[in-house]
Amino acid sequence: MSALLELDDLSVRLPAAGPVPLLDRVSLSLERGESLGVVGESGCGKSMAALAIMGLLPPGAVVSGGLRFDGQDLLAAPEAAWCALRGRRIGMVFQEPMTALNPIQRIGAQLAEGPRRHLRLGRGAAESEVLRLLDRVGLARISPDRYPHQLSGGQRQRVMIAMALACGPDLLLADEPTTALDMTIQGQILALLAELAAERRMALLLITHDLGVVARHAARTLVMYAGRVVETGPTPAVFARMAHPYTHGLFAASPHAIMAGGRRRLPTIQGQVPEPRARPPGCCFAPRCAAAAEDCRQSPPMLAPLDAGHLAACYHPRAAA
Amino acid sequence: MARFLAGRCAILLATLLAASVLVFLVLQVLPGDPASIMLGTSARPDTLAAMHHQLGLDRPLWQRYPLWIAALLRGDFGVSYTYSVPVADLLRARIAISLPLALLAMALSVALAIPLGVFAAARRGHLSDTLVMGVAQLGVSVPNFWLGLLLVLLFSVKLGWLPAGGFAGPRSLLLPAVALALPQAAILARVTRSSVLETLGEDFVRTARAKGLSRAAALWRHAVPNALIPVITIMGLQFSFLLAGTIIIENVFNLPGLGRLIFQAIAQRDLIVVQDLVVLLAGSVIVVNFLVDLAYAALDPRLARA
Ligand SMILES: Nc1ncnc2c1ncn2[C@@H]1O[C@H](COP(=O)(O)OP(=O)(O)OP(=O)(O)O)[C@@H](O)[C@H]1O
Ligand code: SF4
Ligand SMILES: [Mg+2]
Repeated sequence: MSALLELDDLSVRLPAAGPVPLLDRVSLSLERGESLGVVGESGCGKSMAALAIMGLLPPGAVVSGGLRFDGQDLLAAPEAAWCALRGRRIGMVFQEPMTALNPIQRIGAQLAEGPRRHLRLGRGAAESEVLRLLDRVGLARISPDRYPHQLSGGQRQRVMIAMALACGPDLLLADEPTTALDMTIQGQILALLAELAAERRMALLLITHDLGVVARHAARTLVMYAGRVVETGPTPAVFARMAHPYTHGLFAASPHAIMAGGRRRLPTIQGQVPEPRARPPGCCFAPRCAAAAEDCRQSPPMLAPLDAGHLAACYHPRAAA
Repeated sequence: MARFLAGRCAILLATLLAASVLVFLVLQVLPGDPASIMLGTSARPDTLAAMHHQLGLDRPLWQRYPLWIAALLRGDFGVSYTYSVPVADLLRARIAISLPLALLAMALSVALAIPLGVFAAARRGHLSDTLVMGVAQLGVSVPNFWLGLLLVLLFSVKLGWLPAGGFAGPRSLLLPAVALALPQAAILARVTRSSVLETLGEDFVRTARAKGLSRAAALWRHAVPNALIPVITIMGLQFSFLLAGTIIIENVFNLPGLGRLIFQAIAQRDLIVVQDLVVLLAGSVIVVNFLVDLAYAALDPRLARA
């Protein structure tokens, strides 16, 4: 049986933004009920990957490689087929709850839109479905007649989640669903997502730049850097070894490591993500990598297996602990 | 919502009051004595004085303003110096032409501009977008009276389909309304297009697409309603231009509307008519802007609270 979602060397180019691909030969696969955490710094292409899966890339984007969902070749699919999948079988929660809801439409109407369209629910059935959805995401006391500006950030993100789950999708893409929220709310939202995913045997693609979130909520981890996959594998294996120096750097810079040291400031790795147009010829991470050697600057390293299901794209992976 | 309404009404009344004071004062300092125009330059000083008294012009300004406003509120618009008939009767006959003309022009402009603007935005960069916006650019730069003359040449003189001027039933309003509407529609279409384009880039439109809405459904159900909020502001502003345009177009088409009346009244220093008319026009602009505010609040729930 083939995987639910399969990306096979998927590349995305935006000719308007330059010749360098924003996504460079990304491969991943996701089974039903499985959870995959995608991590990486800002600008590494996480959102691009999610938008490519939804077929909602910015106009002019050129996509190549393979993208299959439940056996269907999406890159060859007509727009109508995409529309039938979006919101029905693939749901998406966006990063910014403040702007992702229509400010002049009642949340009830926004929630009902998917079920009415995909499940052909009548007005009355849709209304009771909206109440059920609100209840399921912990908003039983919020009236569907409210407007988004009358809700807090956390409540809006719950509405977004209810909206993404409205038609019972097989795959949920959550693009930094909690970045805009404060710490306590973050935990609640992530717990809700994990619970709902488990309850419905829904596959979850959880995008974040917080390794702690991945460690707690994703069975498998995929680390991206400058549009490429640099390390991927079962979460325990990735965390135990952190074979790619970038993964290790992310961990060292994560809020948890810093909080353990008693201070809280914005985590950073030395140096910056190269702009897509200014990527070095060899390993993209070389300018920031302490382990960089001569061979690293010649040609980019390919993903290579380390042990069972654990791959890294590095000429000098860190040894197992 | 109640507080919002009360606030808007207070602003409405204050603006009306300020506008009436301004109109009154400006017309008082205008040169030209109505009495001497009515009686001719050879009139004797005592007949002039008697006329001044009859028109109430011998009283000081601070007495004349409240008298005028009080009379207006009672529905008494005074008596025209030149026509010697109640101004109210004059206005009633003229409004019956000018109001339908303005409304028709506005309706035409909106009916044309909004679909075209949305269409151009949805097809951004395509040939049809370029075409629509090119025509709009042309429309923006054409003055309405010139367009009026062109329309008359084509449809009246050459084709003989519609009357060239004068008022002979609703058909007479068609050409002047088109002449008024097209330049406004051109501006409105451009505003609509850029507003829709901006809204199409918003996150909530992407959310709508993520729910499975087609491009068109996301456009009409989510982008357009949001994009119309700024467009309505422009429509309110355009109404004032429309009134000014009516005055000119009525003269081009020889229509016996308010515009012609105000021209004649100014030329003959029929102060009371000018005063009433200007206050009427200013009042309608203010009321329309009040309605725009209400429409705004009805469309955008975030405002009704503020
Ligand atoms: N509409 C666009 N036009 C041109 N370039 C874009 C566009 N959107 C994103 N990019 C570029 O694509 C790259 C990847 O962006 P993406 O949004 O996928 O990053 P991300 O990993 O999601 O970052 P973040 O954590 O900030 O959300 C970035 O370099 C960004 O500058
Ligand atoms: S390939 Fe070289 S430069 Fe790149 S991450 Fe590995 S060690 Fe560092
Ligand atoms: Mg992102």
